[in-house]
Amino acid sequence: MDLDVDSVRTARTRADLALAPGERFLAGGTFLYSEPLPPGVTGLVDLLGLGWEPWTIDGGGLRVSATCTVEEVRAGLGALGARSGPYRGLGIAQPCADALLLSFKVAHTATVGGNLSLALPAGAMVSLFAALGASVLVWAPGGGARVESLTSFVTGPGETTLADGEVLREVRVPASALGARTAFRKIALTPLGRSSAVVTGLRAEETARLVLTASVPRPVPLEVAPGDHAALDRALDAVTEWFDDPHGAPDWRAAVTRGLAHEVLEELA
Amino acid sequence: MRIDGAAVDAAPRPGQCLRTFLREQGRTGVKKGCDAGDCGACTVLLDGDPVHSCIVPAHRAVGSEVVTVAGLGTPDDPHPAQQAFADAAGFQCGFCTAGMVCTAAALGLPAAEAPEPAELDRLFKGNLCRCTGYRSVRDALAGRRNVETAVAGESFGRPVAAPAALRVVTGREAYTLDEPEPPGMLHVAVLGSPHPHARITRIDVAAARAAPGVHLVLTYRDVPATPYSTGRHQDRNDDPDDTLMLDPVLRFRGQRVAVVVAETLRQARRALRLVDVEYEVLPAVLDPEAARAPGAPLVHGDKDPVLARIADPGRNVVAVVREEYPVPGAVDAALAVSAATVEGEWSTARVNHAALETHGARAWVADDGTLTVRTSSQVPFLVRDELARLLALDPAAVRVVVGRVGGGFGGKQELLVEDVVALAALRTGRAVQWELTREEQFTVVPCRHPMRVRVRAGAGADGVLTALAIDVLSDTGAYGNHAPGVLFHGVHESMAVYRVPAKRVDAEAVYTNNLPSGAFRGYGLGQVIFAIESALDELAARLGLDPVELRRRNVVRPGDPFVVGSLVQDDLDYGSYGLDQCLDLVDEALRRGAAESRDGAAEGGWARGATDGGGRAAPVGWSEGRGVALAMIATVPPRGHYSNARVSADADGGFTVDVGTAEFGNGTTTVHVQLAADALGVPPDRVRVRQSDTGTSGYDTGAYGSAGSVVAGKAVAQAAARLREHLDGGDGVRSAEGSHDGSPRSVAFNVQGFRVAVNRATGEVRVLQSVHAADAGVVINPEQLRGQIEGGVAQALGSALQEQVQLHDGEVMTRAFRHYRVPQLVDVPPTEVLFADTVDTTGPRGAKSMSEAPYNPVAPALANAITDATGVRPHAIPMQKDTLWRLLNGVGRSSA
Repeated sequence: MDLDVDSVRTARTRADLALAPGERFLAGGTFLYSEPLPPGVTGLVDLLGLGWEPWTIDGGGLRVSATCTVEEVRAGLGALGARSGPYRGLGIAQPCADALLLSFKVAHTATVGGNLSLALPAGAMVSLFAALGASVLVWAPGGGARVESLTSFVTGPGETTLADGEVLREVRVPASALGARTAFRKIALTPLGRSSAVVTGLRAEETARLVLTASVPRPVPLEVAPGDHAALDRALDAVTEWFDDPHGAPDWRAAVTRGLAHEVLEELA
Repeated sequence: MRIDGAAVDAAPRPGQCLRTFLREQGRTGVKKGCDAGDCGACTVLLDGDPVHSCIVPAHRAVGSEVVTVAGLGTPDDPHPAQQAFADAAGFQCGFCTAGMVCTAAALGLPAAEAPEPAELDRLFKGNLCRCTGYRSVRDALAGRRNVETAVAGESFGRPVAAPAALRVVTGREAYTLDEPEPPGMLHVAVLGSPHPHARITRIDVAAARAAPGVHLVLTYRDVPATPYSTGRHQDRNDDPDDTLMLDPVLRFRGQRVAVVVAETLRQARRALRLVDVEYEVLPAVLDPEAARAPGAPLVHGDKDPVLARIADPGRNVVAVVREEYPVPGAVDAALAVSAATVEGEWSTARVNHAALETHGARAWVADDGTLTVRTSSQVPFLVRDELARLLALDPAAVRVVVGRVGGGFGGKQELLVEDVVALAALRTGRAVQWELTREEQFTVVPCRHPMRVRVRAGAGADGVLTALAIDVLSDTGAYGNHAPGVLFHGVHESMAVYRVPAKRVDAEAVYTNNLPSGAFRGYGLGQVIFAIESALDELAARLGLDPVELRRRNVVRPGDPFVVGSLVQDDLDYGSYGLDQCLDLVDEALRRGAAESRDGAAEGGWARGATDGGGRAAPVGWSEGRGVALAMIATVPPRGHYSNARVSADADGGFTVDVGTAEFGNGTTTVHVQLAADALGVPPDRVRVRQSDTGTSGYDTGAYGSAGSVVAGKAVAQAAARLREHLDGGDGVRSAEGSHDGSPRSVAFNVQGFRVAVNRATGEVRVLQSVHAADAGVVINPEQLRGQIEGGVAQALGSALQEQVQLHDGEVMTRAFRHYRVPQLVDVPPTEVLFADTVDTTGPRGAKSMSEAPYNPVAPALANAITDATGVRPHAIPMQKDTLWRLLNGVGRSSA
C-alpha cells in the first residue's frame, strides 16, 4: 500500500546509513509496504542500493547479506543443500523458505534481514539460521559493529536487540554447521498457512541441537544427546511460554511442538 | 518505466507502491484485493518476474519493464493464459483473475508438462479466489476447456461462457473504481471509534478543516438526523431504523466518528489526526447472552421500539420468534414419550465475506443535476431509494450505477459507503471517492451473524420424528441490519424441511457492542442447519439407524404443509421436488468412493484424478468416517421481489437487454443472455446486457436471495419472447418489456456428503471425498451451476474448518488475509457435483435458483463425518485443528 512519507533515498555507501529524524530503513519492503507506517515516520532509506552480495561461502563458513532474498535462500542455498556433501546442512533452506506464508512472488523481494528484524515467531529465516547456529553482524550508527547469536538477537514477537540506527548487515553460519545433518518439521492450521509450530534441528558431534520457533514468542534452542527422547521431554517440559495468536491455541501448539520435536530428534539420531 | 510496452514519464511519489502508480497511469486491470501482499490480485510482471505490485516500492520500478494483465493480450488476441481462463470458465466475479492470469503467464501455464499438484499448490498459495473453489482455476492452469459455443436458439442447458469472459481475463472489464477518475475527484478518510461503547462529549475539527487539501469535515452535527439501516430490502421496514450517518453515540470499535474529504488520500488521513475528540466511555456488552440479561448495558436503549422497529430495546433484543406447533406444550409432551431424544447446543463463529473487491463508491453531480453514485452493490435500486430518503431528494434525481462487482456473498446488500460520498459530493460540488481498505473490510463491515443454537429432538423406535425444537441466539452486534431477516430465514426452511408433529422455535437476535453482523450467503440457514443436522445425526446414532435413512423417513414430501413453529401460509410451494434423489445420489457416491478407496487408491492421492472427487484413502493410523447433511431453501425471498426488464432490437442486428440486477460473479448475465437468445432464436453472442443502472433499466429489487436467475431471468425471458412476437409479426415494434414479481416461490434442495480422515494427535481433518447433490430444477448452464456449487462448498469449508473473525474486547484481531484464513488452492478438495432430475413449475423453463444454498449443508456434513470417524461430536465451528485436538484429547473447555 502507499506509505505516507515525504522522502525515499537510496543508500549507496555506509555513510548514507546515518538516519535523519523520522527516517527508517527499507529492505525488501514486502512487510513495510503491507501496513500503514507508525506516526512520525517521514522518510525511507533503501538498503538495496548498497549492492551487497547476496551470499558468499568459503572455508570460514557462510555469510548471508541482510538484503539476500528469500528466493535466493530457497534456490541458491537450497540447491547447495539438496546434495549430500559439504553443504548438506542447507537442506532445510528450501523447506524453511516454503514455510513462510508468503507467495513465491513475494519471496523474490522479501529479504533475510527483513525477516529476521521483523522477528515474527513464524519467521522461518529465524528457524533456518538459528538451527545452523548463526550469528548476526550488526552495524552501529556512525561506524563500528557488533556480533550476536541469532537466538539472542530475537527477543520477542516483533522484538530484537536492534537499536535505533543500527543495521543488520549479515548472518554468519559457521562452517561446521554446513556439513552437518539438519532436519525440519512444520505444522500450521492449514497445510500452507502461517506456521503454528516449526522445529528445526542440527546434528553436531555429540549432541542434537533443536530450535523451536512459531509456537514460542522467541526462538528456543534445546540441546540433547542424540536419541535421548526422555531428555527432550524434560527439556520441553521446561518450556512454559507458548505463543498465543490467531494461528493456534497455546496448549495445542505445545502438544504438536512436542510431536514435531521428537520427529526431528528421531531424524537426527 | 515502460508499462505494457509504452514509455511512461510520470514519477512515483515517495512511498508509493507500484499498484497505485500503475492504476494512476490508467492500468486499472491491476486490482486491489488486500493492498498487503496477501491475495495476489495485483500481480504484474516486473522485468519478467511476477510480483505483488501492492508491496513493490514504486521507486524501484523506475527504469523497469512492467507488464500488466492488459499488456499480455487483448480480447481479440488473448495470451494463452488468458484464453485458458476463458475456456475453463476459471473465474466467477473475475476480480482475482488478473492476478491469476499474470501468475500463470509468468509460469508458462498452461503447459504441456503440468507441475506436480503439490508444486501447483505452492505456486498459487498467494492467489486467493473467493468465488470458484479453485476447480475451474485448476482446469484453466491445466488447459482444460469447459465452455462451448452455442448455436442459435439452443443455448439453454449448455455450458455457455460468461459474456464478459474475454474482457475479464484481459483486464478490460471495468469494476467499480476502474473507470477514469472524474476531474477534481476528492478522497474520503474516516476516523473510527477507539471504544466499543462511548459517547462523544466534545469534538473539535477546526484544525482538520484548516489542514492542507481538506474540503470538508463531517461530524454528527453536520449530517442528516434521519435514522436508517445499512441493510437493504425490498421493504425498508424489514430492518430497524437504528443507524445514523454519524452518531454521537459509538456502539462498536471502528464506528464512524468523523469524516474528512480532501484532495488526496494522504491529506485526508493526515487531517484525521487533527480531529480532537473527547469520549465518555460507556459500559459495553460483548456477550450476546449477557446482553439480554437484566441490568445489561443497553446498546439502543434510547430508541423507540415502534419507530425504530426494535422488538425490545430495553433487553437489547431486536427481533424475536416464539412459536409452538400445533399447540403450546406440544414439544415437551411429545419428547416425554419419545423412544429416543437428543439435546445439545451448537455455535458458529463470525465469518467475513472476503469478497476480493472491497466496498467502494464514487459520487458526483452530473451536468443535469442528477446525483450519480457508482458503487459496488448487489442492490442499486434499493441504494438509490434509501439515499434519496436520507438526503431528502426525489429518487428520480439520484442515479446509482453498478459496474461488474468483485464478489458479494450478501455483503453488498448494505449501504456502507454510498451515503458518505453522496453527501460529500453534494456539499463540495466535486466528485468524491471512498474506497475501503482490506482492514476496514475486516473491522467495520458487517460479518456473518454468529449464532448459538440449542436443539431438542425426539423420535420413535421406528425412526419417525416426534418433536423438534430450537432455541436460537443471534448476535447482531451494534446494529440490527439484517438481524430480523436472518433470524426469521434461519429458523424457516431449516425447520420446515422436516415433517414433525410437534415443533417449537424460540429465537432472538440481540444487540451487543461487537462489530455489526449482516447478510451472508445462506442468510441464517447455515447456522441453524449446522445445529439441526448435527442433532438429527446424533438421534440416528441413538436409534441405531443409518443417518441418511433417518432423513428419508422424515423429510417433507410434495403436498406436506411447511411448518416452522407454526403453519406457513403464503406463496411457498413445491414447484418441484428432488430431495429424495439428492439423498440417494450422495449416499451412492459415498459408498462408491469408500469401495474404490479400499480397492487400491494410493494413500493421499485422489482415486480418480484431481477434479472429480472420487476419493482417496485415509493415511495409516487416522480415523475414517462419513457424514451427510441436507438443506432446503426457498427459491426467492418472501413478500415480493421485483424485476422489470426490457429487450430491444438494435440497428446492427444485435439485441440489448436492460435489466436492473447486478452481476457479482453469480453468473446471471450469462443466464439472461441464454434466456434472451433462445427466446429470440439467435446465438448468444448477438445479445448484450446492460445492467444494474437505475438510469437505464426498469426497477429491480436486486441480487439477493438468489433471485438473479429466477426473478430477473423470468422478466428477461418474458421481454424477449414479447419482442420476438413483435418482430415475427412485423409490426415495427423494436422493444418490449417483461416483469416478474417473485411469486409464487418454490423450494430447492442440497445434500452434502463427506468421507474424512482425522488425525487425533494433531486435530487435522482431511477430506477424502466430497460429494454434493443439488436439486436446481432444469439446469440452465451446467458449467456455471457446477461452479456456483463448488464455490459455495469451498466457502463453507472455510467457515467450517479454518475461518473466524476473532475479537478481543470488541477489537478485531484478524485484520488481514494473513491472519484470516480464506481457503487457498491447497485447502479445497475436489467436490463431485450431481444434479437431481426435476422440472420446476415456477422458475424460468423449469429452473430453480442455486447460489446461496450449496453453502448450507457443508458444515454439519463435515461435523457428522468427524463424529463418525472419532466418536466425538464437535459443537462449534470452525473445527480448527487446535479446537478439534482439544475435543479429541479431552483438553480444556468441553462443549455442550
